Amino acid sequence: MSGFLNWIEERIPMMRVANMHAIQYPAPRNMNFWYVFGFLATIVLVNQIVTGIWLTMNFEPSAERAFASVEYIMREVDYGWLIRYMHSTGASAFFIVVYMHMFRGMIYGSYQKPRELLWVFGMLIYLALMAEAFMGYVLPWGQMSYWGAQVIVSLFGAIPVIGPELVEWIQGDYVISGATLNRFFALHVIALPLVIVILVFLHIIALHEVGSNNPDGISIKHTKGSLSEEDKTKYEIHEYYTGKYDIADDVVPFFPHIVLKDLVAFSIFLFGFCYVMFFMPEMGGYFLEKPNFEIANPLKTPEHIFPVWYFTPFYAILKAVPDKLFGVLTMFAAIAFLFALPWLDRGRVRSWRYRSGLHKANLLVFAAVFVFLGYLGGTPQENWKIVASQIATVMYFGFFGLLWLYSKNEATKPVPTRIPR
Amino acid sequence: MRKLLVAAILAFPSLVMAAGSNYPLDKAEYDLTDRASLQNGAKVFMNYCLGCHQMQYQRYQRTFSDLGISDELGQQYLQFTGEKVTDYITTPMPTEGAKAWFGAPPPDLTLVARVRGADWLYTYLRTFYVDEAKTFAVNNKVFPDVGMPHVLEELQGTPRETYEEVMVDGEMVQRYVGIKTDGNGRLSAEEYDQAILDLVNFLAYTGEPSRLQSEGIGRGVLVFIVVFFVFALLLKKDYWRDVH
Repeated sequence: MSGFLNWIEERIPMMRVANMHAIQYPAPRNMNFWYVFGFLATIVLVNQIVTGIWLTMNFEPSAERAFASVEYIMREVDYGWLIRYMHSTGASAFFIVVYMHMFRGMIYGSYQKPRELLWVFGMLIYLALMAEAFMGYVLPWGQMSYWGAQVIVSLFGAIPVIGPELVEWIQGDYVISGATLNRFFALHVIALPLVIVILVFLHIIALHEVGSNNPDGISIKHTKGSLSEEDKTKYEIHEYYTGKYDIADDVVPFFPHIVLKDLVAFSIFLFGFCYVMFFMPEMGGYFLEKPNFEIANPLKTPEHIFPVWYFTPFYAILKAVPDKLFGVLTMFAAIAFLFALPWLDRGRVRSWRYRSGLHKANLLVFAAVFVFLGYLGGTPQENWKIVASQIATVMYFGFFGLLWLYSKNEATKPVPTRIPR
Repeated sequence: MRKLLVAAILAFPSLVMAAGSNYPLDKAEYDLTDRASLQNGAKVFMNYCLGCHQMQYQRYQRTFSDLGISDELGQQYLQFTGEKVTDYITTPMPTEGAKAWFGAPPPDLTLVARVRGADWLYTYLRTFYVDEAKTFAVNNKVFPDVGMPHVLEELQGTPRETYEEVMVDGEMVQRYVGIKTDGNGRLSAEEYDQAILDLVNFLAYTGEPSRLQSEGIGRGVLVFIVVFFVFALLLKKDYWRDVH
């Protein structure tokens, strides 16, 4: 047996890669519950791909058959309802864990040097995920699929000069039609998943190059030769890391320690996921919107058009600006500022545990504003909400402006060189 | 921090969607495990609704087997159009005719309970009232100016709005209290409400035939996850014991 494994290992470095990136990867031992969402996002990604493959076996991407084929899956394919609900619940779960993952990065400064590219790859995943989710939502061809697509695609029409042609090019028709559905299907099942998987791969490679951050924002890697033998970790860590640095006694190996911790988190997550999936898959109209149980009808506009909950903060920002083009630009700027976070934060201290009260308040207000924008974007328009969404939009961008201003000369607490016991 | 998270999560389900008229909806206490109710609902549907509305995504045979009806009995008492038991539940009414007669073809009802909600349906079907100004001489409280005649009138009787005189600011005004029938229907008011509840139950079933199966499997899965959690936690604690 070991002869056979050696034969393989000499030809392809299976165990070396497994040891380096999973089994003997050094992880800070103080990683708390905020650190499980990357793992959970990976699990959900696998769920989406596997259930997606099975859905594709019976889904028919045409305006005539899409809606009926989804109901065929729900009624006549063995456990088709389960596969479909795993996929639809998974879509929302994906955004829940990704938003938690991103906020984790913000509070512990995981985007700061040397993790800027890691953050940028993460943001690219988020962007690809939004496109993926949007196109997936169009496929069942319900009323909200159709009118949601109408609203989102028409945003490109606001671009001067090329706007109208661009919209036609995206739609593949003069209106949203079966042609649009068909190309969205292609992008949803092949192009974007491929992009996402490649980006996730790069995200993990970049993570393992710079190492995991932790709630104290303290590096576990020290200059070679700077630590005494007893300050070094007792665990077996891959020489890829120990060869370049002294790894402090602040780490645990990824396997089994982190894997077991993730497994506990996974079972808690799975409980919530399955509860929703088996007992309330519509999640009160948030995961599956009521109007989407009615087939797309180009002649009948729904009473209210909302994007799904995970887009509503950006939708509120879009609606807060009276001018369409400027609104679209503001919405894209809202995402662009997130990309630029590593350079907008000029501080050197990562974790909010050692940063100023102002920084903590700024982060909490930002989170509250984001949730509030989500509420505004996901409920029917009322007069007070116009002003409220404008104020919230200003506060959203205010987070980045303030951060840039105070982070240069911020009053921070002294950061220990080793993770506190 | 934790408090903020909890507050953020709790804030979401409370954002309820608004819909149409503001008429207060009655709660439909339907029960998908009540087969007699589902069977009666199917009977009302096949007799009164299927003339115009269809259920093009649902098959007779699946419906019969889920409701505990044999194919033979189902064909005899619930299938009137000479279709095969394996066929979808479609209406004999031609689409072109429907457009001409009603302005638009009556909507498919397979998923209506998921679009409108059971409470909406339960209230809607019990709030038709005589309104001579309308095409079909009836109007509806939940769906004003609806283009549908009151097909259940022979069951309910002729429904009329009733008002009471009340004193408001020293003036006598008419206040709407509800709908009463002339008592010329085949069912009493209570029997009619029950028949509608049965129909709503049936529509809730067709909206999501997997619901009962889903909850059954779901309970088992959740129990398994709890057991799995306990073992995962113990294992994790064991490995982490000497870390902290």
